[in-house]
Amino acid sequence: MIVTDDQIREEILETIQRNRIMLFMKGTPDAPRCGFSARSVQCLDAAGAEFAAMDILPDPRIRQQLSAHSGWPTIPQLFINGELVGGCDIISELYESGELSKMVAPAA
Amino acid sequence: MQLTDQVRELLQQAFPSGEVEVSSFSGSDHLSARVRSDRFGGLSLIEQHRLVYAPVQHLLDDGSIHALQIKTEAT
Repeated sequence: MIVTDDQIREEILETIQRNRIMLFMKGTPDAPRCGFSARSVQCLDAAGAEFAAMDILPDPRIRQQLSAHSGWPTIPQLFINGELVGGCDIISELYESGELSKMVAPAA
Repeated sequence: MQLTDQVRELLQQAFPSGEVEVSSFSGSDHLSARVRSDRFGGLSLIEQHRLVYAPVQHLLDDGSIHALQIKTEAT
């Protein structure tokens, strides 16, 4: 089956809309394929976040379309409520300051 | 020129009044940048990091830099 760039972009946008906390990463939360993705998963877990994740590795166009949408050049990328929060450094900083736990707390 | 030097130079040009430190870790294409600048005042973390990414974007796009760890500080 041929998947077009447009279909990939739509899938990305849809998954950001559908999941309040959405992490785009290399690998999966159970088997991260990059130290920065692994660190981001650890922070989210430690902050008690229930998050969805998408592996960007299977098709290089996922990353291209994602970065075109977000304007953010690297992976991982965390979105909360449809907004880009940042990559690994920002996730780590927000976790260490305690801010991440507040951001990922279930909406009242 | 070494990648580390190249990135340091680009960031120093982008933040002429700031303090820039660039080092590599776990291989020469993993870089860490620490930038102190008055341009960060009042900006969110994500906006601060975007300012750091901008001048080196082409090196990320062409794969020269595999990862760029960023630490910003407003002065």
